[in-house]
Amino acid sequence: MLSVRDLSVIFQTRRGVVDAVRGISFDVAKGEILGIVGESGSGKSVTSYALMRILDAGGTIKAGEATYSGIDLRRAAERDMRDIRGREISMIFQNPRAALNPIRKVGHQIEDVLRQHARATRQDARAKAIAAMEAVKIKDAAARYDAYPFELSGGMCQRIVCAIALACDPRLLIADEPTTGLDITTQKAVMDLVRDLIREREMSSILITHDLGLAAQYCDRLIVMKDGLIVEQGDPLQIFSQPRHPYSRKLVDATPRAGASVRDLLPVEIRAPEPKIVETDKPLVEVRDLVKTYAGKSGPVQAVKAISFTVHRGQCVGLVGESGCGKSTTSEMLVRLMDATAGEILFDGDDIAAIPARRFARDPRRADIQMVFQDATDSLNPRHTARQAIAEPLRRLRRMRGAALGIRIEELAGLVGLPLPLLDRFPHQLSGGQKARVGIARAVALDPKFLILDEPTAALDVSIQAVVLNLLVDLRAKLGLSYLFVSHDLHVVRLLCDYVIVMKDGLIVEEGRAHQVMSHPQEPYTKSLLAAAPKPPERATPADQLEIKNAQYTALHDKRAS
Amino acid sequence: MLAAAPRLRAVLMRLAQAVPVVAGVVVISFLLTRALPGDPAVYFAGVAADEASIEQTRVAMGLDKPLPVQFVHYVGDLLQGDLGQSLSSGRPVATDLANRLPASLELTLTALFLAVVIAVPLGVLAATRPGTWVDHLCRVLVTAGVSLPTFFTGILLIYIFYYLAGIAPSPLGRLDFIYLSPDHVTGFYLIDAALMGDWETWRGAAEQLVLPAATLALFTLAPIARMTRAAMLTALSSDFIRTARAAGLSGGTVLYRYAFRNALLPVVTTLGMVFSFALGANVLVEKVFAWPGIGSYAVEALVVSDYAAVQGFVLVMALLFVTLNLLIDLLYTVIDPRIGFDAQ
Amino acid sequence: MSDLSATDLTRRQGTLDHVIYVLRANPVTLIAFCMFAFLILSALFGPALVPYDPLATNAGNSLQPPSWSHWFGTDQIGRDVFSRVIVATRLDLTISVAAVAISFVVGSILGCIAGYWGGWPDVILNRFLDTIMAFPLFVLAMGIVAALGNSIENIIYATAIINMPFYARLVRAEVNIRRDAGFVRAAKLAGSSDLRVLATQIFPNALPPMMVQVSLNLGWAILNAAGLSFIGLGVSPPTAEWGIMVAEGANFIVSGEWWLAVFPGLWLMFAVFTFNLLGDGLRDIVDPRKRT
Repeated sequence: MLSVRDLSVIFQTRRGVVDAVRGISFDVAKGEILGIVGESGSGKSVTSYALMRILDAGGTIKAGEATYSGIDLRRAAERDMRDIRGREISMIFQNPRAALNPIRKVGHQIEDVLRQHARATRQDARAKAIAAMEAVKIKDAAARYDAYPFELSGGMCQRIVCAIALACDPRLLIADEPTTGLDITTQKAVMDLVRDLIREREMSSILITHDLGLAAQYCDRLIVMKDGLIVEQGDPLQIFSQPRHPYSRKLVDATPRAGASVRDLLPVEIRAPEPKIVETDKPLVEVRDLVKTYAGKSGPVQAVKAISFTVHRGQCVGLVGESGCGKSTTSEMLVRLMDATAGEILFDGDDIAAIPARRFARDPRRADIQMVFQDATDSLNPRHTARQAIAEPLRRLRRMRGAALGIRIEELAGLVGLPLPLLDRFPHQLSGGQKARVGIARAVALDPKFLILDEPTAALDVSIQAVVLNLLVDLRAKLGLSYLFVSHDLHVVRLLCDYVIVMKDGLIVEEGRAHQVMSHPQEPYTKSLLAAAPKPPERATPADQLEIKNAQYTALHDKRAS
Repeated sequence: MLAAAPRLRAVLMRLAQAVPVVAGVVVISFLLTRALPGDPAVYFAGVAADEASIEQTRVAMGLDKPLPVQFVHYVGDLLQGDLGQSLSSGRPVATDLANRLPASLELTLTALFLAVVIAVPLGVLAATRPGTWVDHLCRVLVTAGVSLPTFFTGILLIYIFYYLAGIAPSPLGRLDFIYLSPDHVTGFYLIDAALMGDWETWRGAAEQLVLPAATLALFTLAPIARMTRAAMLTALSSDFIRTARAAGLSGGTVLYRYAFRNALLPVVTTLGMVFSFALGANVLVEKVFAWPGIGSYAVEALVVSDYAAVQGFVLVMALLFVTLNLLIDLLYTVIDPRIGFDAQ
Repeated sequence: MSDLSATDLTRRQGTLDHVIYVLRANPVTLIAFCMFAFLILSALFGPALVPYDPLATNAGNSLQPPSWSHWFGTDQIGRDVFSRVIVATRLDLTISVAAVAISFVVGSILGCIAGYWGGWPDVILNRFLDTIMAFPLFVLAMGIVAALGNSIENIIYATAIINMPFYARLVRAEVNIRRDAGFVRAAKLAGSSDLRVLATQIFPNALPPMMVQVSLNLGWAILNAAGLSFIGLGVSPPTAEWGIMVAEGANFIVSGEWWLAVFPGLWLMFAVFTFNLLGDGLRDIVDPRKRT
């Protein structure tokens, strides 16, 4: 149905020509769902834009062929392409709210497409648009017809984008990261809907994603891309169990999945034995009836409604929930950047919630409670070097200067695995993983007792996430830290945490030992969260894995011995 | 129905917000009249005043009373439309300003109309064809436009079109003396002449208007074109434009229904600032072309230290501007459905 | 200390590379820098270098068109227009620089307070700025100078007041978007007080857009000051100032003596144009999206 041969796409940028896609070939068969997986910059999205000929300014197809049902997509006239887009090939995008015209009623946006492709007349456009909305399972479609995108939830917006894409019964649907940024339960609902519609209408589809687990779950066949090249293609099960290319193996390894430990995320060659962690039952942080109420536009909003929990010394507690559940508010209060409305935070037995956040900067316990922020880029001052960022807490709270400061900074850099020459770089000269290391070095610089990790890997590619998670595990063992790990990703939480707290609408709905909650959830909400998480196929049977592992260790030890 | 209630509330809110601004404007213009260095009574009595008439002015204006009392009197006078007496014309300032306001409005509005009609398409063209001659023309016009002192542009245009080319009428007022001014209906000569069917006079008025309006338009064109170009570029690179293109919508639909309508929002916001510039530049242009509007009235009053006239002018200009801004914001409420809802 | 100097070196090199890159990619900015240098030089050394005394009259040599001895001709009382135009540079630049400096400082302080702490100072500042902005700004400047008295200082104050809202709003917005940025929260966790966070973390990041604003504003301030003297406020004759010279020359334009108004007008335009070009160029340099 779609056949791509040696496709190359280049971008003219200020630093010269960039090869975004470097001669890739693949086919999409009728009725097939093809997954294209890769990390940022792999050229996966550019490929789809090239097929639709909607590349951003500066991008051109340099070479190759793309044929759709006998039509040469590269050479077709713009007028013909316009007929193909939306009617033959459609696309849905990430960030659905931004993908819709903010000041046009969603119903009218669907009508625009229907009328463009002569599927509707002025008289029946409204009825057909509503039918298209019903087709994507929008309840009460007639009422939603008059809504603007800002009045709808993210998931609902994505359904509207789907309705626009599917309104004219295209034969091929390209989905570009369709669920990135959506909550996990919404993600599952949207993906299930898209898959069902594709199967129902016997369409073909290309699913572009960074999430190997998601792709494996929904696709018939996978393509793994890296640096504009296809490194491997094949059956999802086969790629998962026996990846042939080292890069796809690395990607498969790094994808969090049931049954894998945090060390399993790393490539075999650099897997060290897991450190021994001493978990105690002595409480470090005790939260009692913590409440946070905001003054909202229409009355007070309770973000956190009287929650209580305890973090023991040496323990890693996971705080899980979807956006708006109050987990970030809770962590802001614990790290004493925000004042609680009511309740106590006992740190080593003393109530620190009583000290206003404004004054906590001068409290002696400031150094004991630190945080690693969600977005590594945002958490580094663009005008300060990595060295200055790490030096800041040492200068302020330890009054370190001169040589002692330099030695400590380099020690910290070594601890988090940041090469020393990078210390004098500015954030924009560092990669995402390097910025994350700087953020972690800064957080542990003062030897804190309690570290809050606020989705520290959410913005990172999966292979870098694997490395950072392992670094966090090592640091915890080495420095005897206690963690509060805030995340929406259940797989990641399971890898790192001893104890899990599930939050919803400002309340704790379930808590317990991590393996207990993950394997035998009691509450329906926890069950739905777990059910919604993508399930990558098992890599191999546990027995196989053990065997492989043993063989590798033996090999490793043999090497060292010789 | 669902959307109507919050938006109506937003409109009312916006109207309510104008109240403190108007109050602030009144306070500032009161302070300006009382901030005159030395004795305000001396200034208001005029250059030729003697001891007795200064004292008379002081009592007449209530300047012997404490400041809050003076303010109450000031506001009371304002509410009756009393802006004081003009020393130079001998008439109430309010009457003078009312007589001259149509001339200023006709000039400013014509210039703004010209500026919008030229600048918006220019900005759109420049944004859709980056790097072409339209884009370069737009950039040159924009940078030159904001750099041109209006009074200098006016003089230059007079030199070229009146002295050298001889195609423009002499730059003295709204109508050459060979024509009779049309009957006063709106005070806008173009409209009044058209209403009378006197096309001869209409032509004469239009000829007088061309140069000053062009001068003012050249100045106000730049910020509008710049903002239109920038807003169009932002809109065109938005995600929703990609969705529209991927759905196969035609170029015209994508450009106007999707990009342009969204780009219009920041452009409308800029119009407020442009009005401010235009009303200020209007004063200079009126002086250059001897245009009998409130700007040249204020300049003449300044020369003879006729302070009541100057402060009356400042207040009227401010109220005019507040009204224009209010209209712009209400227009904004009409275009943008998000107004009245919490930002998401 | 060695770590700091190494840091500075990297930064300076990086910035310098970037500046060189921008200048090479956009020669217009380079030209703007040269024009700016020319203006500064004529403001500094102009009065010492001009061929004639800008105030010396010569009734026998009035209204002469441009010639070799008088490049820009002479005015109605025989003064050399070229000398007057060059000498005026210092006065016009002084007025605009002083005005912009005042509005920069006052606007920054007010904007920082309102943007960082919010609450009632923010509400009051916004009401105050709204009131200033409710006047057509040039008209407000007229009113202020008329009220305070006709002097150069008052021109400066008036120009500073009408420029101040732009700085206050810009700083407020820049501070506000960074108030809850990760690096600001990190600095608080490192034990920094609010004031230190504001001064060392937030404000330096607001500086680049401020510099663009300063450059664009300088041009506008010159226009305003010249406009005010054009209608007879502020600077009074016989002082050499571009606005007054254009105003005086305007009377002669209808009889064909164009040089009286055109040369000071062109110079004024040249100065404003320089600052606008410079502002656009600086925008390119500081635009983070264009940085490597």
